[in-house]
Amino acid sequence: MSFIKKPRITKGLPQNGLGLSIVDYEGAMSTLCAGCGHDSVSAAIIQAYFELEIEPHRVAKVSGIGCSSKTPTYFLRPAHGFNSVHGRMPSIVTGANAANRDLHYIGVSGDGDSLSIGLGQFCHAIRRNVNMLYVLENNGVYGLTKGQFSASTDVGSTARKGGAVNQQPPIDPVLTAINFGCTFAARGFSGDKQNLVPLLKAAIQHPGFALLDVISPCVTFNDHEGSTKSYAYTRESERTTVYADFVPRREPIETDLVQDVTTVTLHDGSRIVLRKVDDDYNPFDANAATAYIRDHQEQGEIVTGLLYMDEEAQDLHAMNNTPTTPLSALEPSKLIPGAANLAALQKAWR
Amino acid sequence: MQAEDRINDFVVQIATVNGTGSSSANTLLMKAIFRMGIPVVGKNYFPSNIQGLPTWYEIRVTGEGYLARSSKVDIMVAMNAQTYAEDLASVVTNGVLIYDSSWPRAELEDRSDITVLPVPLSKMCNESFTGARARILMKNIAYVGAIAALIEIDRDVVRQLLSETFVDKPNLVDSNMQAFELGYDYSQAEFNCPLESRLVPMDAMTNHIMIDGNTAAALGCVYAGATVGSWYPITPSTSLFDAFGKFCKQLRQDLETGEQNYCIIQAEDELAAIGMALGAAWNGARAFTATSGPGVSLMSEFLGLAYFTEIPLVLFDVQRAGPSTGMPTRTQQSDILAAAFASHGDTRHVLLFPANPEECFRMAVSSFDLADRLQTPIIVMMDLDIGMNDWPCPELTWDDSYQPDRGKVYSAKELSNMDSFARYLDVDGDGICYRTLPGEHPKGAYLIRGSGHNKLGGYTENADEYVEVVDRLRRKFDTAAELVPEPVTETLNKSSCVIVTLGSCDGAVRETRSKLAADGVQTDYMRIRAFPFSKSVVKFLAGYSQVFVVEQNRDAQFCNLLQTEAGVSVDKLIPILSYGGMPIACEDIYGPILEKISQGKAA
Repeated sequence: MSFIKKPRITKGLPQNGLGLSIVDYEGAMSTLCAGCGHDSVSAAIIQAYFELEIEPHRVAKVSGIGCSSKTPTYFLRPAHGFNSVHGRMPSIVTGANAANRDLHYIGVSGDGDSLSIGLGQFCHAIRRNVNMLYVLENNGVYGLTKGQFSASTDVGSTARKGGAVNQQPPIDPVLTAINFGCTFAARGFSGDKQNLVPLLKAAIQHPGFALLDVISPCVTFNDHEGSTKSYAYTRESERTTVYADFVPRREPIETDLVQDVTTVTLHDGSRIVLRKVDDDYNPFDANAATAYIRDHQEQGEIVTGLLYMDEEAQDLHAMNNTPTTPLSALEPSKLIPGAANLAALQKAWR
Repeated sequence: MQAEDRINDFVVQIATVNGTGSSSANTLLMKAIFRMGIPVVGKNYFPSNIQGLPTWYEIRVTGEGYLARSSKVDIMVAMNAQTYAEDLASVVTNGVLIYDSSWPRAELEDRSDITVLPVPLSKMCNESFTGARARILMKNIAYVGAIAALIEIDRDVVRQLLSETFVDKPNLVDSNMQAFELGYDYSQAEFNCPLESRLVPMDAMTNHIMIDGNTAAALGCVYAGATVGSWYPITPSTSLFDAFGKFCKQLRQDLETGEQNYCIIQAEDELAAIGMALGAAWNGARAFTATSGPGVSLMSEFLGLAYFTEIPLVLFDVQRAGPSTGMPTRTQQSDILAAAFASHGDTRHVLLFPANPEECFRMAVSSFDLADRLQTPIIVMMDLDIGMNDWPCPELTWDDSYQPDRGKVYSAKELSNMDSFARYLDVDGDGICYRTLPGEHPKGAYLIRGSGHNKLGGYTENADEYVEVVDRLRRKFDTAAELVPEPVTETLNKSSCVIVTLGSCDGAVRETRSKLAADGVQTDYMRIRAFPFSKSVVKFLAGYSQVFVVEQNRDAQFCNLLQTEAGVSVDKLIPILSYGGMPIACEDIYGPILEKISQGKAA
């Protein structure tokens, strides 16, 4: 690990509407390998929250175990973080969200944490439509234990050492998510920050479970020839299908974008703007999206962008009809029924 | 042989098939006795099955107020052909067996030392009611009637109970009453009523209620202000969440908006159930989960995380017979060690041991206060006997001045006036640090982690920094020993021997002590209500040369804990164990203790 403290120079940096500069959204110095895709994702996360003008301490960042799960330390220093146990981040966020619906939740996980040990919790958090951003930093390998195949390793992908070839079919997080009723499923690439930041912004503002699968190459164990999660392979195979961005309330949509765009208006009047590359792609049709992603996978292409969304679905709180005041903020007088009620209740047990 | 009068002191057992709706009839029978002011307990011995297997309901009428199971059956209602033979065999000499004689059974006559009373229950109900389901249900009420005449249950009490049950369906009161009278009138016409075992009204149950521990614990969670409950269905803890949901709907729903001031989440498994409770508690809600032994095994991972990261959490363990799946519908106290040290590494947890439903209510409330105060999981160790059986207890009371103790939490205002905040500083010297809640204030932020951390909350692999934190956690556990409920003791006799017990053993131990006293054997008593053991527990036990420890598991787990954690010498400790899965009875304790005491005298 690194013992170096990050310099904190804010002078001359641009400020957002809260008067904060990007440095206010940074975290500790990363201890990941130089060139790790995850560091690019952290940088994009910092950028996205900065641009969205979200107070950093109103974000709660939660992770499981693995290289990706270390990253909450590296962004949003003023936010509470919870580095929990392997594969269990979704349940922590579900409970946290149930307690306080007013915070922004970001869960950071990896392909091991989400698709092997944590597959159950991943799927069920989707089913509950917990309002959160779920970033899955997908490098197709177990990094922290030095290079084993993961559940997202493609068939035929080779190990860096020893020449083993993976034979088990991979679990695609986006397809899995759509299958379980995910209300926002997107894929990005850590090497493509220009598209990643707007995707993150849209995902953060989506009022439900937003999965962002980010192909994030592991420079140490999975960036060799023969890997299908390397920088080179991903650059070559990426096919961005739907570009997405988030437009705050009141801000006009720039005219040069108006052509070919679809806007989805959120409850607060802000919008998610989608720009499709393929005219016939329909990101609101789960079956069509699934077929499209599969077809292109068979052609060796990695489809990225905002691939599916459903803005109408009820989230965890709507399903439970909880009040707008966070449960954690309710006064005891609202919660404790008192002696008279207790006496009345007991008549039935006499 | 002439049977002796057994006034308000006998056992009625009803043998039926599960899924036939007999439980409401059995409850009616028990409730009627309770309403006559006579102490009574009901124990349900049911299979891990939905329909078609044998089930027994045991009603112990106990004028003396002994709440344990009795191992003797005075009156058997043998409604299950599958178990006729064993039901016949289990009746005491001079006892009574009632059976449905719509199909006469000659083999039931082969015990000359008991009285067999044939009642054509099916025949009578088939003649009076239409519809297969109605006939089965009414047959149950008819046997209640038959017994009622035999033991002198007040008919008006039964009618009153039925009218309360069917307040929205008054026609059902009449049909049920009709079925009741079929049985009642038959007994009166055909048999010598009443039996030697019979009731005489008392007024011992004034200001008492009949309630099971799961219901009482759930109510305690409502009154503690718990807002997030996450759970995974498992016998015998499921009814705790059923009750919590029911009470929340009744008491926590905004009448105008329909908004629910609570969130109950049925999780995908026990791992997620406790994870959600933990996430909610980290985020400032009072949160809890409930499970049984197999769930505790699964929850161990998160219990370790909660211990090390110091997050308040309440877990109800309604224990059942283990190991593994064990016997899901049978009771035991066999999770004591697993719960006390759940999870790997140097982990230890605070346990509470309620002995009855009233204590389940009280301890549910105090468990949240303790969890917040100590910032650690509190495990409320119940069992199937307390959790699922109906017990008579004094009415629950509530002090409206109650304010939840949220422990040491810095508010946004306090944080804004501070230079800096660090999570694990022992500022008060009691091992308990100040925490902050997410979203409150930028100065309160820190990254909580299950990995090695120093007192500032930062990641560490440094030996000194790590040891400093785990040693402080150990000091916090010592603080816990002084905050948990004190033991209940009785030292009237100043004997050299003491019976120590916990939880649902209480009734059987009390009964044993009375019985021993009648034999001239004096014993003192201590019921321990929490782990870690307070100084008073250690001090109290030091005064005895013989310490009987009554508990419901094979391996004397509590006895072991007293040895290692209260420093009681192994030479003094005598485990008295019951672990077959049936609620512990006086008979399980009395004989073994008497034997040990007389051995001691002989030596």
